[in-house]
Amino acid sequence: MKQPQTSRRSFLALAALTPFAVAATSACGTSGPGASSGNGGASMWFLSGEPNQTNMQKAVDAFNQANPDNKIAVTFFQNDAYKTKIKTAIGANQAPTIIYNWGGGTLKTYAEANQVEDLTSWLDSEPDLKKKFFPSTFSAATVNGKIYALPNMYVGPIVLFYNKELFQKAGVQPPKTWDDVMSLVKTFNGMGVAPFSLGGQSRWTSMMWLEYLLDRIGGPDVFKAIFAGKPNAWMDPAVIETGTKIQELVSADGFIKGFSSITADSNADQALLYTGKAAMMLHGSWTYGPMKKDGKNFVQDGKLGFVQFPSIPGGKGDPKNGVGNPANYQSISAKASDKEKESAKKFLKDGIMTDAMIDAYINSGSVPIVNGIENKLNTSPDKDFLNFVYDLAKNAPSFQQSWDQALSPTAAEALLNNIDQLFLKSITPQQFAENMNGTLGK
Amino acid sequence: MSNAVSTAPGSAVGFKNSKQTEQRKAALAWLTIPALFFFLVFAVIPLAGVLILSFTSWDGIGAIGAAGLDNWFSVLADPGLYNALGLTFLIMIVSWLVQTPISLLLGVFTAGSQRYRAALAVLYFLPLLLSSAAVAIAFKALLDPNFGLATGLGLPFLAQDWLGVPHLALGLVIFVIAWQFVPFHTLIYQGGVRQIPKSLYEAAQIDGAGTIKQFFHITLPQLKYTIITSSTLMVVGSLTYFDLIFVLTGGGPGNSTRILALDMYLRGFRANLMGPASVIAVILVIIGLALALFLQRLGGKDKQGSQLEGL
Repeated sequence: MKQPQTSRRSFLALAALTPFAVAATSACGTSGPGASSGNGGASMWFLSGEPNQTNMQKAVDAFNQANPDNKIAVTFFQNDAYKTKIKTAIGANQAPTIIYNWGGGTLKTYAEANQVEDLTSWLDSEPDLKKKFFPSTFSAATVNGKIYALPNMYVGPIVLFYNKELFQKAGVQPPKTWDDVMSLVKTFNGMGVAPFSLGGQSRWTSMMWLEYLLDRIGGPDVFKAIFAGKPNAWMDPAVIETGTKIQELVSADGFIKGFSSITADSNADQALLYTGKAAMMLHGSWTYGPMKKDGKNFVQDGKLGFVQFPSIPGGKGDPKNGVGNPANYQSISAKASDKEKESAKKFLKDGIMTDAMIDAYINSGSVPIVNGIENKLNTSPDKDFLNFVYDLAKNAPSFQQSWDQALSPTAAEALLNNIDQLFLKSITPQQFAENMNGTLGK
Repeated sequence: MSNAVSTAPGSAVGFKNSKQTEQRKAALAWLTIPALFFFLVFAVIPLAGVLILSFTSWDGIGAIGAAGLDNWFSVLADPGLYNALGLTFLIMIVSWLVQTPISLLLGVFTAGSQRYRAALAVLYFLPLLLSSAAVAIAFKALLDPNFGLATGLGLPFLAQDWLGVPHLALGLVIFVIAWQFVPFHTLIYQGGVRQIPKSLYEAAQIDGAGTIKQFFHITLPQLKYTIITSSTLMVVGSLTYFDLIFVLTGGGPGNSTRILALDMYLRGFRANLMGPASVIAVILVIIGLALALFLQRLGGKDKQGSQLEGL
């Protein structure tokens, strides 16, 4: 027997179902928080995670209470997810009014596509606001001589954290040179403790190692040449040596078992340090707050140690050089309405780096990027760490912005992918340099 | 017999007035218009858009510029594409080999009418209720080499770096995909088995065929089209596995789980290379269509024929 209706029937079933499916998908498209908050307020996206999320929520609530006509609607996203989401939203003209970013190469793509507001003249008309921040923080916000973002929050240098308890037990000192690092790796492996914690699946975490090693080996000029897109800049011998040192450390079991499947978004890498499963961790100073909050009394009992990245014998870089985030940044979407832009500017001026917020940042163990905070830092219970970070940022002859933020998104993605392979030893340092060399100028 | 009765209306079609049938067909054609409209707007036009984008250079934010065949040359010369293609087919084939026998047997098992089977079936179908992202996050937490299940329960054989070693990560991805999708295919097979007339088994029993013989000589041949349907869904679906792998491994470690759909996403939305990402999208469409056509052909020319002839 034949069943000629079968295909037509299923087609009709599809016809009946399709509108529902379409309704479901289109609902997702319009409910995005990028849409304005109504009555002239502005929308803002910010990173989730404590303590910053609560602090920012408080700042927004306080501002909204004082400015009922310029309300800010804030939505929080996870770090790695946000980096993709914001790009897509901007490309689709669905960006929030206030665009949180890290300056550098990504901001440059926004500015060149006329997606973010030029804030130069506004800042000229608000000299007090401009003078409030460390002058050095504006360089990553400047594209072709114009300022496209306002620095905010705190300075985030990468520092070497260590577990003092484990160091005492082993009877060793924090590393000052690369040889110290390699001998500590042996010591801690012998004790059954992982030498270094690392959230390798996030990849930018592994990148922090390359940033410091390249600086210590070849000095800051090597990356400056890469950033400027000079021909064969990645083929510098210092790059190859950096890669070799990384693979030496991986081969010596320097990083915790399973590092390539640990993500930084879950803060598992920090947990490894304060639970004593790993002895050291190279990470941003911004992890101090979360460790203080989540690590029971690890930080409060003075068990968290911190030093600058060790020097490399014969290396060109000054051991005082720093790498990391000079600040975080807020830009204003060029596609927002005038009223939204006005609300956003008001919030950036009066709402985001208020005295209460500065205190909140200091209380959570961060150094806000505003001038004249020395006294506040000195009276904080975290003054050792805060002064360490402040001095590092202030005295560094060179402070290199994180590579993945400084470079264009295309080059940054290639960089992160190649770093992952370098740490897995599936490519050689030479191949790493060659692969990256192909991305120059992209 | 009840089956003979149910097929009767179909055979009556031939006696109907042909003019009447024509009119009915015309009326039904109008009903397809909404579907056609949505198909055009949400499938054909975006497809054309992707094809056009594959010949342009665009970072997803700024202006779109023409790029000619540059994207195609650069993507086709990129060893990353062949790595992703190989992984996609590997996951597709191994997934099919793993999932088909399991879901077939589970489907046959749950098709039985006993109470305990129904209770077990409910358990088997649980993963079907979970979103891929939730499944991935849960497995990631369970398999964490330092804080996961193995450490918690003190099971040393589980304490592998499941997501950190390339071949383990690939195997794990295949396992989690199977865990998530076997229930769905079990459901398809369960339905298929329940369609098989009882009389076939009764006749076999009288002829002295045991359970295993019945399975190979009745159940399996009767499920031919169910197997083809389920396989098509598995094979074409495996081209679009994305969310699970994206959350579980992000394509890593290295590029060891970077399948084609993920490669497309990472190129487009992480590296801001919409042109090359569109090239990969076009390649995905071509492969998907080719596979679907191939599997349709596999059913043979008599696909519309009934398996119940003579009953």
